[in-house]
Amino acid sequence: MRRLAQLLAAGEITSTELVRRCLERIKETEPELNAFITVDEEGALVQAAQSDERRARSQALSPWDGIPLAVKDNISTKGLRTTCASRFLRSYRPVYDATVVERVKRAGLIIIGKTNLDEFAMGSSTEYSAFGVTKNPHDPARVAGGSSGGSAAAVAAGQVPWSLGTDTGGSIRQPAAFCGVVGLKPTYGRVSRYGVVALAPSLDQVGPLAATVEDAAILFSLIAGADPRDATSTEARPFALPAWDPQVVQGLKVGVPEEFFSSGLHGEVEAAARSVLRSLEEQGAVLQPISLASNEYAIDTYLTLVTAEASSCLARFDGVRYGERVPAGDVNTMFAKSRGAGFGPEVKRRIMLGTYVLSASHYEAYYEQAQRVRTLIRQEVARAFAEVDVIITPTTPTTAFRIGEKRNPLEMYLSDLYTATANLSGVCALSLPCGSDARGLPIGLQIMGNHFQEELIFQVAHVVEANVERVAGFEL
Amino acid sequence: MNYDIVIGLEIHVALLTESKFLCSCSTAFGAAPNTQCCPVCLGLPGSLPMVNEKAVEYAVKAGLALNCQVHHFSRFDRKNYFYPDLPKAYQITQDTYPLCTDGYLEYYIDDQLHRTAITRLHLEEEAGKLIHSGGSIVDSEYSLVDYNRAGIPLIEIVTAPDITSPRQARLFLEQLRLLMLYIGVSDVKMEEGSLRCDANISLKPQGSAVLGTKVEVKNLNSFRALERALEYEAERQRIVLEQGGKIRQESRTWDERSGRTASMRSKADAPDYRYFPEPDLPPLRLDPAWVERIKASLPERPLERLRRLEKEFGLSRYEATFLVNYPDFGQLFLELAVAGGDNRALINLLMGEYAGLAREFGHLEPERLTELLAIVDEGLITHSQSKAVLEELFRSPLSPRQIVKEKGWEVLRDVEQLREAIQGVLAGHPDLLDRYRAGEERLFGFFVGQVMRAVQGKADPKVVNQLLKEELNRLV
Repeated sequence: MRRLAQLLAAGEITSTELVRRCLERIKETEPELNAFITVDEEGALVQAAQSDERRARSQALSPWDGIPLAVKDNISTKGLRTTCASRFLRSYRPVYDATVVERVKRAGLIIIGKTNLDEFAMGSSTEYSAFGVTKNPHDPARVAGGSSGGSAAAVAAGQVPWSLGTDTGGSIRQPAAFCGVVGLKPTYGRVSRYGVVALAPSLDQVGPLAATVEDAAILFSLIAGADPRDATSTEARPFALPAWDPQVVQGLKVGVPEEFFSSGLHGEVEAAARSVLRSLEEQGAVLQPISLASNEYAIDTYLTLVTAEASSCLARFDGVRYGERVPAGDVNTMFAKSRGAGFGPEVKRRIMLGTYVLSASHYEAYYEQAQRVRTLIRQEVARAFAEVDVIITPTTPTTAFRIGEKRNPLEMYLSDLYTATANLSGVCALSLPCGSDARGLPIGLQIMGNHFQEELIFQVAHVVEANVERVAGFEL
Repeated sequence: MNYDIVIGLEIHVALLTESKFLCSCSTAFGAAPNTQCCPVCLGLPGSLPMVNEKAVEYAVKAGLALNCQVHHFSRFDRKNYFYPDLPKAYQITQDTYPLCTDGYLEYYIDDQLHRTAITRLHLEEEAGKLIHSGGSIVDSEYSLVDYNRAGIPLIEIVTAPDITSPRQARLFLEQLRLLMLYIGVSDVKMEEGSLRCDANISLKPQGSAVLGTKVEVKNLNSFRALERALEYEAERQRIVLEQGGKIRQESRTWDERSGRTASMRSKADAPDYRYFPEPDLPPLRLDPAWVERIKASLPERPLERLRRLEKEFGLSRYEATFLVNYPDFGQLFLELAVAGGDNRALINLLMGEYAGLAREFGHLEPERLTELLAIVDEGLITHSQSKAVLEELFRSPLSPRQIVKEKGWEVLRDVEQLREAIQGVLAGHPDLLDRYRAGEERLFGFFVGQVMRAVQGKADPKVVNQLLKEELNRLV
């Protein structure tokens, strides 16, 4: 990205040329990939022309002014359709920009389009999209991961230099791992959620996806910081790019939770992660075995809370004010028919589960119990970070699976096995490529840091990245 | 058998903040429909609530005025249900940890001090307003929704089942209304919906400690409706019980026209609201010093004012109650009255002819009223003339002295002229004079009246009395 910024600053390339390059690349690859739900060709070119004018007057909004970006389609963009990959919102145009969108626009970034996802971010493969599945750029027979599958695939295929995704249980990190790009789930509250269509407000975070650690850090620096419109972001500090220091791993205490290296973990994935750990040790890091035993309950806890919160958050899609309405003789039938026609099967499944766990007679056994376990997980993670600086694990148990392979929803839920803990405890975590399996599919490494320790995990990731071959990304 | 009536009230008070509870839209009443809305109060996807500190301050004020315990920690919850006037399909309210608990309100009924316990007081948001093309949402071809009202801050006040008669329920609510008015947190207009009340009522055998099955009565749109509906409902329940029947736990709606309550839904049909903690808002933590400052700044409450008026201004309960119930009159009185002094003339003036005129034309300037009382006191005009001056004051901008001068209403002090008038009256009624002579003394008053009439009321009745007595004695 620094190179793009230099070229733009030197006038060796224009934003319009960059946008056209992206649009061409999208035209070439999109028929197979299906990473985008909406490509805003016209809007992007208008914005690019404005950016070029600013550059001509030496009034660039930031060094990144004029660089294109893709935005996950559950993040509100004023006037640009925001579908959440749902039939229900197929023609919904927000009247306002999400705070993160406002911030990237303020830096001069050009929104090329809106990327595909599992409907309302419910899924781990982007197969549950009303707009078709997104393919993995490394093997079109395989999923890109999810729910930010479109955002990850678009970066991996070089359609755009970077993108925004959202992560509730792994939805940035898992597709980043599957597609061989870098993705960050920031500390809960560090990035505003205002304008992001909620899946589970107590877990959702917006984060960057990019081909390199530094690019992800740059995009993160543009969106991080408190927002007076999001009450859960009020303590958030802004983020400044670090001076990359290879010495950062000297004496770094790296926690290695044995539970994340046990059954179900694919051999090649384990080998890749262990190899990174060895290399870090050689560079002066101290590996420390730790236990995150309660991770065994992370998925159950996560699902209980996500479905509960989602059942409430998605209730507003009733056909009264926006979205698809199916007319009926009375208002309750109208609600039911509109929701019946608008939502896909996974969304319905989660709404039913969530309604059940919140119902008066089951609240204590499920929702309240899950909150208690969440507290235990949070405490366990806090204890771990009292001893170590970062925690390193594989991002996913396997590399990208085949489209249609996971027919059982429970199997799909297990994709978040290593990632949900960061959401439940609110800490930050990123995924970066750390090699490929025998089929050439990227393997992701997860680096978790304590609350507001994004700088540290970026620094560590930067060191790891230096020894890993880049497998994807935007080329001029 | 005789029964005891047990009543508890659930009151909603709309707070008079300039902007809404969870966004910055205006709360002004009467604007064109859907012109005071934003993404937040419309519940657009991705929007997030932010708590208006003024609403919290007003709720704390109300809690303190009701002698409640104000909790430094309280929490928001979601109450989930579908209705077209509820934009998010959940209401942000406080269920488990309300802002205030354990208060009471004291008020006089027939000189007896009553105390009703307040169980809880919490903050929540208002819904929009539905306008049906037919009678209700079920029999309308269409319904219109106005979201201007959606998101206005409300406090819900719940009383203990302490109220023992429909009349007491009305008097309690009137007193509560007055209290809210005094502390300035609401305009408490039942006709505009800024004060609403639902009532729970049950009967139990006289003296029994066991509560009967309660019925909730809704649609009580005036103080009169509250009392009438409860009277009807108590009687209905008494008849059911006396006939050996059982009370069904249900919600009933009051129908003003028929003067009856009708069943709305039984308890079994009551919705499960699936309350759970609002993840978009952190818990509300109040600074104890801030609460103390609000407490110190509380204005005089109605009961305090009542006691002050009686003690310091020598008013009767009846007079003091009048001034308390009509705070504008109370304010005027307190401006003009002298503590510890003789305020008879003032209170008689305010509660007499002035009251009717002021209600019709608005209040007079305090200085002009003071002058009016002064010129009566000085004897410039008589008490009966003061009424004419008073009426004139509402019509003209002149001062009382100017009016008296202009109209030539000064008291007639010429004794000879008065004597002539007396002689004229007596000469004109020789038959009555004979009867007076024969002992019919009550005719004295008639003669006074006739004399006053003859001098157009401009004489001091005391002087007329004196002179008339002398003249009659002379003739008899």
